[in-house]
Amino acid sequence: MKEYNTIRTRANRIDTPDKATGEAIYVDDISKPGMLFGALLQSPHAHAEILSIDTTEAEQLPGVKAVITSKETGAIPYGVSPARYDETVFATDKVRYVGDEIAAVAATSLDIALKAVELIKVEYKILPAVFTIEDAIKEDAPQLHEKYKGNLTAEVHQEFGDVEKGLKESDIIKTTTVKNKRQDGAFIEMQGCIAEFDRRDNLTLTSGTQVPHYVQRTVAMVMGMDIGKVRVKKPYLGAGFGIKAAANPMELACCFLARETKKPVKMNYTREQVFKLCRARHQFTHTITTGAKKDGTLVALKHECTLDGGAYSSFGIATVYYAGSLLGGPYKLPNMSYEGFRVYNNKPACGAQRGHGAVIARACFEQQLDIIAEELGMDPMELRIKNMMKKGDTTCNDLNMSSFGMSECIDAVREGSDWDRKKGNMPAGKGIGMACGFFVSGAGFPIYRSDTYHGTVIVKLTEDGGTALVYTASAEIGQGSDTAFAMIAAEALGVPLNSVRLESGDTDMGVDLGAYSSRQTLMTGHATKEAAENVKSQVLEVLAEKLDTPVEEMDIKNGFIEFKNQTPDFSELRTTYIKEHRGWIDNPDSKKLTFKEASRIAYLEKGSIVGTGKYKPVFLGGKFKGAAVGTSPAYGCSAQVAEVTVDMGTGQVTIDNVTDAHDCGKAINMTSVEGQMEGSVSMGIGEAMHEEVIFDDKGNVLNNDLAEYKLVTAMDMPKVKTVVVESDEPNGPFGAKEVGEGAIMPTIPAILNAVYDAAGVRIYELPLTPERVFTAIQKYKEKKGAA
Amino acid sequence: MKKIINLTINEQAYEIAVESNKTLADLLRYDLNLTGTKKGCDTGDCGACTVILDGDAVNSCLVLAVQADGAVVETIEGLATDKGLHPIQEAFVKTGAIQCGFCTPGMIMSTKNMLDKNPNPTEEEIRQGISGNLCRCTGYQKIFEAIDCQKS
Repeated sequence: MKEYNTIRTRANRIDTPDKATGEAIYVDDISKPGMLFGALLQSPHAHAEILSIDTTEAEQLPGVKAVITSKETGAIPYGVSPARYDETVFATDKVRYVGDEIAAVAATSLDIALKAVELIKVEYKILPAVFTIEDAIKEDAPQLHEKYKGNLTAEVHQEFGDVEKGLKESDIIKTTTVKNKRQDGAFIEMQGCIAEFDRRDNLTLTSGTQVPHYVQRTVAMVMGMDIGKVRVKKPYLGAGFGIKAAANPMELACCFLARETKKPVKMNYTREQVFKLCRARHQFTHTITTGAKKDGTLVALKHECTLDGGAYSSFGIATVYYAGSLLGGPYKLPNMSYEGFRVYNNKPACGAQRGHGAVIARACFEQQLDIIAEELGMDPMELRIKNMMKKGDTTCNDLNMSSFGMSECIDAVREGSDWDRKKGNMPAGKGIGMACGFFVSGAGFPIYRSDTYHGTVIVKLTEDGGTALVYTASAEIGQGSDTAFAMIAAEALGVPLNSVRLESGDTDMGVDLGAYSSRQTLMTGHATKEAAENVKSQVLEVLAEKLDTPVEEMDIKNGFIEFKNQTPDFSELRTTYIKEHRGWIDNPDSKKLTFKEASRIAYLEKGSIVGTGKYKPVFLGGKFKGAAVGTSPAYGCSAQVAEVTVDMGTGQVTIDNVTDAHDCGKAINMTSVEGQMEGSVSMGIGEAMHEEVIFDDKGNVLNNDLAEYKLVTAMDMPKVKTVVVESDEPNGPFGAKEVGEGAIMPTIPAILNAVYDAAGVRIYELPLTPERVFTAIQKYKEKKGAA
Repeated sequence: MKKIINLTINEQAYEIAVESNKTLADLLRYDLNLTGTKKGCDTGDCGACTVILDGDAVNSCLVLAVQADGAVVETIEGLATDKGLHPIQEAFVKTGAIQCGFCTPGMIMSTKNMLDKNPNPTEEEIRQGISGNLCRCTGYQKIFEAIDCQKS
């Protein structure tokens, strides 16, 4: 008999037939009777004092139902982490970036709402603004937040082991600096929401979010409501990538407008507003010094990083820690120090994006490993293998690798790319490069400090036993989590996948921290498995009594009851079931007792069969400040090889192909795992090659559309060979762990290393525009000529 | 000021009064409740609103409804029949070419239009055929696979 019937297959996703036909409902597809339309007034200035706001004219416009400012909403501070609540729904005293929210309007049509916004008169006193880290940290720089002096959102100082001693003992020391550019999430569905109050003052917010739970808490807190009075529902979502992992100002404004008007209110961001809100990948500047022995053994890593944060903290306080802590692995590193600084300035706030905090650190470090390997005359793969952690190892900053298929990943890309034949033998202008990476499989702690469960799940059997209903507050954002949990529930309960119906993304269904930090498969998966197993044992307990057979001698597989020894006489149960089932023509006649029969019998005995499951990690990490960030019950890991062509005359880089291996533990759905890997590579390529949010000198985004902000298109995407490596994760449900975020880690450094192999130049600033690469090639040629 | 237009959408005839500045995308979505057509930018950059207008794939956010007067329009809602999903839809489901699904209706309409015109596209032609449809989730790989298995 097969070990598993449902998981570890390529089952079709449960949501995609509806998505293929256009029947899947996203937030803007929803309309409510009497619905109003909301619009925001956002600051045109990067930094200004608000002297006065006059809403009179806007209020008088026919069709306008409400105009609200901080006068109506109050100004309860909120944000992502309670340690840095530095936002209010509307600006009170001043605005801090072009786009800061000042007021909102609800009207009978969007056109009227937009017109009313234009009629709101705001008197500003323009303040000097800062747009770069350098300007923001100057002694006399204008200050964004009174509470955070020197425009510092957060600073981190950590040392593990003795870095200076380690560097002294090193035979080779390299220092490099790598800088990226601010990214945009560029999900295809722009944020939108609908808020409505019922006549008993219960609020329902239907929103395009990755984190219904966090949004529920934030809305309740800012509006001064009980959490139980706020329900957040996520319909299908056009992806998020981290940007939608916190409450946004529009969601809050929409709730206030609904309260004010007693009507449902719909709001949407335009694409321009998506860029204005940002909350995507920071611009990082990493300076890393690595010391190694002659044999390639890594001894010490000294690391400094500054983050260009924008006007508010958002996820930044976590980002600045992640940027350091996730260099602790995947290599054995006895000594590591980190100085991190996140700096405010008058641009939109950056936040979390796929590979939160760790992507550019990895780009810097993995390129440096190649520099060291070259100088030591080692193959880059050999250097990595020599230093690679193994299953059971713990990093110097207390991250434990409870499963770790990294060497299998390296073997897979080595073979898959034909590395041994190609490395060192590529024709002129062509290059091959590799890199590794690892990532958390769910943050060890919630973003607000609490002993809360990270996920609770309910599984309920329909009274005829035909169907298992799975209720989870987790967020299907495109990654395939609904399908993964339906598969886990089916497997754990012992029924076919089509006997499982799943509802998700609704805070009424329980607690789930949502889709971020690559957490759901492991965490929500655990809770789902537990709930399904609970249901299963309830059914089996009733059977045990009725059939006088111990529970341990029974199991449920693929919709049938399996008896380990002799099958007892269940004819009485079958007769009961058939009596209960009058009118139907599909009476069971199998030699085996069906799950349907068993669960009907269990219902008759006990009432509704409901099982609950929950998950929270055991306490993880050390006692040092910031120890929580980077902890996880498990870590995914990956290796990639990129092959590129560099046009030496123009600096144009073309990525010819990518070979990607990722250890996701046991794959719940193989096709979905590959999808995450391929999507990660594509996002990494975009960031490496052309993505960059550009500002003018007044703090306006210049390329605030999907024409000028360059995503990877079907023309750009190279062929990706994906290899799924399956270790067995002891802390994961059925041995599973993450893939969604970790898979992006090696992409950028693999490309950078391949460009060096092709053109002989190291590029330390992203993206790899032809101009940047061409300039580097020219300098290299001049240097070579002079030598 | 509204204008009466006549058009055929998914083989059904409509006579509708529309504002002269209303786009075809908004007409489909908000007036006719054909919400399968998605809007990801409203500026013709993302392709999520792709429909087939008189035999050509277009960004419906760049077409005014009044321009579609007399036209034959195919939207994503017109593909599946009482026999089930259209083969292209089936292929997208089977190969895992759909993640968040927001680009999917537009992607499928571009695919259909490409295959209607060229049933046997090369890899390069497939890439070109959907180059106006952005997908941020899949890296296109499984979309290429889905289209490839639809070649005649």
